[in-house]
Amino acid sequence: MQKLMGQLMNCYVDVDSLEDEDYVQVSQNRIRCSMTSLTNWYETVTKKTDSETPSKKRTSSSRDWQSPPVVVIFKDMESFTTKVLQDFIVISSQHIRELPLVLIFGIATSPMIIHSLLPHSVSSLLCIELFQSLSCKEHLSTIIDKLLLTAQFPFKLGEKVLQVLINIFLYHDLSVQNFIKGFQLCIVEHFYSQPLSVLCCQPVDAKKRVNSLSHDQCENIRKLPSFRRYVESQVSEKQIALLTADNFLKEITQKLLEDLRVYHENYVSVLRCLHVFTSSLPKYPLGKQIRELHCACLENRVWETEEYESSLQLARMLNKSDLVTMLQQCVEIFVSSSGNEFDKTVEKLKEFLTQFQKLEAEAFQERDVSVSSQKELQKKTDLYHLQKTLLELKESRRSKKLTKFEMLRFEVVDYIDSLVRNYLVPADHKTLHEIAYFNTASVLRGHLNAAPRIALHTALNNPYCYLKNQALKSDGGRISNKAPDICIVYKLHLECGRLINLVDWLEAFSTVVMAVEGPNADAASSDQVDDIIHARFIRAVSELELLGFIKPSKRKTDHVARLTWGGC
Amino acid sequence: SQPEGKGSGALEVKFVPDEEVLKHIADGAGIKVRKDKTQLTVSVKRFVKKLENISDDEAQEILEEKNYVAALGICAQDPVGNGSSVSGGEVYSFQTPKRSSKMAELAAELAQTPGQSVAPDHSECPEKTAKTPQSSNMFLLLMHVFSLQLQSKKKEYVATTPYRLRKRLAAPDPYLESESEYSASCSEEEDEEDQKEVSTVLSGRKTPAKTKALSTPPPRNTLAKKIKEDKMSNLVEEYFEAHSSSKVLTSDRTLQKLRKRRLNQQTLHDILKKAPLAYAAEIKELNQQHESLFSKWMLQLHLGFNIVLYGLGSKRDLLEKFRTSVLQDSVHLVVNGYFPSITVRSILNSITEEVLDHIGTFRSPLDQLEFIIKRFKEDSSLELYVLIHNLDSQMLRGERSQQILAQLSSLPSIYLIASIDHINAPLMWDQAKLSLYNWLWYETTTFSPYVEETSYENSLLVQQSGSLALSSLTHVLRSLTLNARGIFRLLAQYQLENKDNPSYPGLSFQDFYQQCREAFLVNSDLTLRAQLTEFRDHKLIRTKRGADGVEYLLIPVDDSTLTDFLEKEDEDV
Repeated sequence: MQKLMGQLMNCYVDVDSLEDEDYVQVSQNRIRCSMTSLTNWYETVTKKTDSETPSKKRTSSSRDWQSPPVVVIFKDMESFTTKVLQDFIVISSQHIRELPLVLIFGIATSPMIIHSLLPHSVSSLLCIELFQSLSCKEHLSTIIDKLLLTAQFPFKLGEKVLQVLINIFLYHDLSVQNFIKGFQLCIVEHFYSQPLSVLCCQPVDAKKRVNSLSHDQCENIRKLPSFRRYVESQVSEKQIALLTADNFLKEITQKLLEDLRVYHENYVSVLRCLHVFTSSLPKYPLGKQIRELHCACLENRVWETEEYESSLQLARMLNKSDLVTMLQQCVEIFVSSSGNEFDKTVEKLKEFLTQFQKLEAEAFQERDVSVSSQKELQKKTDLYHLQKTLLELKESRRSKKLTKFEMLRFEVVDYIDSLVRNYLVPADHKTLHEIAYFNTASVLRGHLNAAPRIALHTALNNPYCYLKNQALKSDGGRISNKAPDICIVYKLHLECGRLINLVDWLEAFSTVVMAVEGPNADAASSDQVDDIIHARFIRAVSELELLGFIKPSKRKTDHVARLTWGGC
Repeated sequence: SQPEGKGSGALEVKFVPDEEVLKHIADGAGIKVRKDKTQLTVSVKRFVKKLENISDDEAQEILEEKNYVAALGICAQDPVGNGSSVSGGEVYSFQTPKRSSKMAELAAELAQTPGQSVAPDHSECPEKTAKTPQSSNMFLLLMHVFSLQLQSKKKEYVATTPYRLRKRLAAPDPYLESESEYSASCSEEEDEEDQKEVSTVLSGRKTPAKTKALSTPPPRNTLAKKIKEDKMSNLVEEYFEAHSSSKVLTSDRTLQKLRKRRLNQQTLHDILKKAPLAYAAEIKELNQQHESLFSKWMLQLHLGFNIVLYGLGSKRDLLEKFRTSVLQDSVHLVVNGYFPSITVRSILNSITEEVLDHIGTFRSPLDQLEFIIKRFKEDSSLELYVLIHNLDSQMLRGERSQQILAQLSSLPSIYLIASIDHINAPLMWDQAKLSLYNWLWYETTTFSPYVEETSYENSLLVQQSGSLALSSLTHVLRSLTLNARGIFRLLAQYQLENKDNPSYPGLSFQDFYQQCREAFLVNSDLTLRAQLTEFRDHKLIRTKRGADGVEYLLIPVDDSTLTDFLEKEDEDV
């Protein structure tokens, strides 16, 4: 333990001294490293404070005015031996006067770990202050906010791709870095695989590029399914023009790209606006995070979903103050958005706001009335009268026409609804969306979240998946006896318990293989055939060993042990 | 009754694990087959309807599961058809009890079915629950095959070993013979058992639960539940049955009894070369598919990703092809991970010495790594492609070596492309290493045999080290004195005399000394000890201290090699 401790210190001194040229001599001569030597070193270093002191992987010093503390950073506290850590803290606490020390622990789990790792006597020596970094979910939201929900970048993620990325994040690693990696991969894939991705650029460049499109590229545009849909919706003369004249096509393409851009701008603002409304609803029918809403909108027409219905229902029951703050937020969003289509919307929303204010004034007057009725209730009454008045009140409420506030509320919700219907059309309904949207989620999934075991399993169980030979075709979970050797050997080994007798295995294998070759194997060459089968068996078994399905066993002669349980 | 059925089904959905659902899919067919029979024996049509309802429910369950899977992001399969459709339950199932004869049975079955299979799924239900009347025909066939096999086996014995014949004639008890051949179960026993089973199946009384479902319709509402409960309890029972006994039931036959010489590496290689590779055309097609990705790999490598290849089949040739076709003009390093003596150190050495032209040694691999990182950071024109075959091999899978490799691969100017084969290979990377590696996974199933990779694996069946050990024995002994050779001979002879004794501990030192003295080979125990030390240094013998504190001497070479050695010695003398 002491040795480890010494090593820690030694490297500590070493590391510092390496940078401190003057001190190399001393530290190398020093075999026994103790706290006193450390303090000595410290004093000499602090005397000549002019130079910037070393900052290293684990050890770094920073300067204060008079007594600069030495900062020791423990990158991953859980991985240190507790005893060393304790000793280090105890010893260094004794020298704290001579050697001001600041320890920084990096903790991956919970701050409680510090108490479970260090006993009270040690932890009491520390003056602990807790800093917490932002949770990874918040980081993710910022990334999505800054990267995806802006009109700045022409490149967009399709619904499935986004879903895959978020799922990997949520269910597998919670790693923002991996999310970014996935996003990078998406960009690479998109520009690698989609020939028309040249048009996925800033609008200024896009115009030039559209004009310089070659004939082949024009053909590519014509092949896009979304463009075909667009053509089919046009009148016949225009259809012909689109399909034959490149120049006309280019013009239209420019227009469509511009449309797409405008759509993005509007989309983002309306999405944020909708999010303001839905994120405060009870039970979050459309999700708490804006990314969920985004996914829902990308997937299909959001206003056709049940969740949207229910959230509208709920929005119709919001109280006034919430509604007003939401409207104000929406106004801010629209004002800050770059799109110029929203002037009217802003006006309309502001109008709503003023109406609400008016209502407030009216409500003041009305309040007196209601208060009086309340008072009536509070008057001493007998049971019969109470029941009667209550019934009356109920009656009046039911029959009462919607108040002005309610009317206005309906109006607001309906207006938001109309905005949603106008602007939140899913992207794949838009023409030329293929240029900006990356949508092949399977590729992404294959590269980021691969399942090597499943691939092996499929290859062994169903070789037809890979080798397209009719002889291998089979139904259900069975393989034909013409399958590659390793598949047969694998299938046979599945029938065994923990230990497998090699002789039995070999016999079974040769039974299968002989049946395939059966008719043409004549007796004369049977010995040779046997050898070949034997050799093939050996090869297949050692391949299984390499793959980790079996290992040699000492428990019984000529037996191997299985390393897997069920199928794979 | 429909809503009721639906209701009960919906209630149970929650408690059914995924494997169950999968089993039900398999069962669904079985139920429908049974339908006709039940109509004959049981004239309750509602019951049948009920069954249909159940299967409907199951279909719904499956649909739900599919939705769930889709929600997890498994989308349209790509043309290669990677097995993303396989659900986890299939891949990671529980251990189930197995019987020793099962393998032979399956083999016979496989041999029977020509290409397309007709028989019900045996592998799914180890307890032969799927023995519906329809399959009994199949089973009889199987039995027939078995008896044929047995007969042929017996004939073989008659022909080859007259001793056995005599024994059999003397004692016609089949069990005696079975003892000589099997310990736990023999095919004859099995056969009888099977016969019994067949008869029980024919009378329709095998598993009580099943027959109940067939013959007497229980109260309608509980039927579905019952079937499912049976399934559940079956699963549980199977699990515990599989884990209850530590005794392993396998036959006692050994390869030595099989009258076949062991193959050594060379002959094995030759034979396999002669044997035609199955499905060469299809494999070639697969490879071509993978090769079309080369340019993409290059792009992605340059963008800071590293590439890992997985899938069944040797990926060595593929990587070689990649190397020769794309990396011809750039600095690259090929690491054969499957080589048994490869170390991280040797990898780092080859980088520092051959790529960076640095002469000198380092205190530790970490220092070396630091040096490499520094050099690569200083000089941005340096580029290095590292190809590692079998990153998951014995020698490289250690935590430290993976850490070093990961750090190496995280350098922007080092491009790593590696292959993995082991099923548990991804487990060796934790989150930190994964982020250093920055992998892109590529499935490259090639189905090509692992020729190079397995040639180093100390395979069980290959008579490995035989020739090597023999030659080393003779070489070492030739350099020794005549007396020393005599000493070793004595020990070898003694060991061979005791080769049938499985608990042979070795020759004790005292006895050995006595024998050597008698043969005038040594005059004091000091000389013997000196001699033995020499043997030990050459790893010709091993000493072991027994329970009684006596030193025992053993030659750690298998008997056949030892016999060969003695024969050779005799020739020489």
